[in-house]
Amino acid sequence: MRTVIKNARLLDSEADYGLNDLYLKDGLIEGYNLGGEVTEGDDAAGKTVTPAFIDLHTHLREPGQEVKEDLCSGLSAAAAGGFGTVISMANTNPTVDEPGLVADLIAKAKAVGQARLKPAAALSHGLKGELLTDFAALKTAGAVMITDDGIPVADSHLMRRACEYAAPLGLIIQTHSEEPSLRQNGVMNEGMVSQRLGLPGNPSSAEAIMIYRDCELALMTGARVHIAHISSRRGMQVVEWFKEQGAPVTAEVTPQHLTLTDEALAGFDPIFKVAPPLRTQEDVDYLRDALKRGVVDNIGTDHAPHTQAEKEQDLVAAPFGIANIELAFALLYTELVKTGELSLVDLLKLLQSGPARIMNWPTPKLKPGQVADLVVLELEQSYPVEAANFKSKAKFSPWDGQKLTGWPVATFIGGKQVFQRDS
Amino acid sequence: MMSTVAATETTLTKKRHLLDLQDWSAEEILALFDTSDVMAQVMQRTIKKVPALQGFTVGTLFFENSTRTRLSFERAARAQSADVISFAAGGSSMSKGESLKDTLKTIDAMQSDLYVVRHAVAGVPYQLAKWTDAIIVNAGDGRRAHPTQALLDAYTFSREFNGFDGFKGKKLAIIGDVLHSRVARSNMTLWSKLGAEVSLCGPSTVLPKELEFAGVAISDNIFEAVEGAHAVMTLRLQKERMQAGLLPSIAEYQTRYQLSEAVMRLAHPEALIMHPGPINRDVEIAGVLADSERSVIEKQVANGVPVRMAVLYTLLVGKK
Repeated sequence: MRTVIKNARLLDSEADYGLNDLYLKDGLIEGYNLGGEVTEGDDAAGKTVTPAFIDLHTHLREPGQEVKEDLCSGLSAAAAGGFGTVISMANTNPTVDEPGLVADLIAKAKAVGQARLKPAAALSHGLKGELLTDFAALKTAGAVMITDDGIPVADSHLMRRACEYAAPLGLIIQTHSEEPSLRQNGVMNEGMVSQRLGLPGNPSSAEAIMIYRDCELALMTGARVHIAHISSRRGMQVVEWFKEQGAPVTAEVTPQHLTLTDEALAGFDPIFKVAPPLRTQEDVDYLRDALKRGVVDNIGTDHAPHTQAEKEQDLVAAPFGIANIELAFALLYTELVKTGELSLVDLLKLLQSGPARIMNWPTPKLKPGQVADLVVLELEQSYPVEAANFKSKAKFSPWDGQKLTGWPVATFIGGKQVFQRDS
Repeated sequence: MMSTVAATETTLTKKRHLLDLQDWSAEEILALFDTSDVMAQVMQRTIKKVPALQGFTVGTLFFENSTRTRLSFERAARAQSADVISFAAGGSSMSKGESLKDTLKTIDAMQSDLYVVRHAVAGVPYQLAKWTDAIIVNAGDGRRAHPTQALLDAYTFSREFNGFDGFKGKKLAIIGDVLHSRVARSNMTLWSKLGAEVSLCGPSTVLPKELEFAGVAISDNIFEAVEGAHAVMTLRLQKERMQAGLLPSIAEYQTRYQLSEAVMRLAHPEALIMHPGPINRDVEIAGVLADSERSVIEKQVANGVPVRMAVLYTLLVGKK
């Protein structure tokens, strides 16, 4: 099979190749402006083609929570968001803590044929924070990351041993850094707004303290530690301090922590309840500044779907999480690039070469011979978010109805088009 | 057919909720106090019933148990001839497989004009207001607000303080566990809106510094807080606070924060003593003070009915 994408602006995080006809053959990028017979072709005039994004932080809910999301809906949603590869989190039911479960997920995801799946495996059995899982066997089965994401590892000794054991295996440990005894039952950021609203707060010091511990253990053991979804100025400052000292740590932020504040909770809508919580404008400004200074290694979505009924409970009972993978790029493009805060190339780095470098994967490029995982972006037009049309099962959104610019209009995985936006 | 007529009237008047006191003006609140005077007279009659709300249905939705507040609202509704339906449920509705919205929709199908809502979590009355066409009255949500309690507190003060000439220049001291108190938050909002000065006092672990703003001062020194106060309100101390590591011991609390006769000597000579109830005698307040002539604790309970009558009347029928 041979495909051409005509008249597209070709761009990756390393170079702008200008306007070209891009030829794909047998799942790979064949070359530019080659001419000749093609099986399929599309004109992408006015659009931008770039390597599909990589999300290191996706909740796909399978196995066991298919009422919220499953591999088919979740990986289709990922592709619709322009993501070619996602790492699924292990906090499912049962938790992904056995090699067989990892292998199952990979096999099922292949059959789905949407975005590529690389599963993460649990750090402890049942995410209980007591016994380490079989890291080596999990890796052999295909797990690419070890994490108890969703539940912070409270026991520092267990975290130390996990780091020591993972280091020689070359496995990356991803942490959900919040000190549980300080976080308590907080449902939102602790501060002026939580006190005014009378809701139990979760202070940013709970995040900063745990990030300190996790970075210190990375420095001590030499393990590669990836700090997920950093939400606060204090938390980011700790990571920066450790990076300056050469600790093998990397830093992730999410679209929601870059664009929303705790003021969003003023209407008491649990749709904005997320862990770690939305912080203050000062924190958002600091995270954006950290992006510009290159301190942040990747943007992970932390796409965390739930059912509408679960989110229509009171703020204590409702679960944590925002589903966002389909609009993540448009949101970031609108809020960061269109406003002039970040260049398009810098945003692409955070979604392509950044996550690839963290995982020690090849840098996604638009070079002949590279795997043809591509996204076609419409960077000029604005369209409102239509949550009702999401591929994800969570058909509601904090940004529903909001006009955003920079929507993916087509996604190719291994040279095959898996998503086409309805115009 | 009365209820149909009544419902039409409700939709004709501008729908108004009582979720918190932020969105009520000082004038509206003082007008509500005047209506409360009329309702108080009704409660003095031999036949304590008027037809003002005949044909209206008031639903009490108590997701958190509170016999006193529920009784007070039901008395206020029935004294005006409204019909009352009651719903009480503990815990999360999802434990029965139902979301909060489902629960409301089920009850809403029975056609009430107004719901009185109590819930252990802040914000639930706001959530319900989005999902129903009925009027919502907040009867206490988590730590956030208990507006009718604050209204009856301020009303009681205005009618009981000797030579009352307005809230301006008056000082209210609130002593105790402010962090967990919706009564403190609502009173703070209301009294400062009416022009009074509010002083919040308690151990620093349960006294959020974020609550300090124009008209509201915070202090961990009870003498400082009570000095010159025209009303002193103590809050119930929950025993769980000690287990949660927020306070060292009852004994230490009594020594530093109990409202005693020695402390009251610093207050205005005619200062009133208030408490939202139920009291922990000799813990947050010396028993002799609770029983003293300056205590209006029972008056507060009694005024709960006419003030809530005024709230229901104002919201359902409006100013005539």
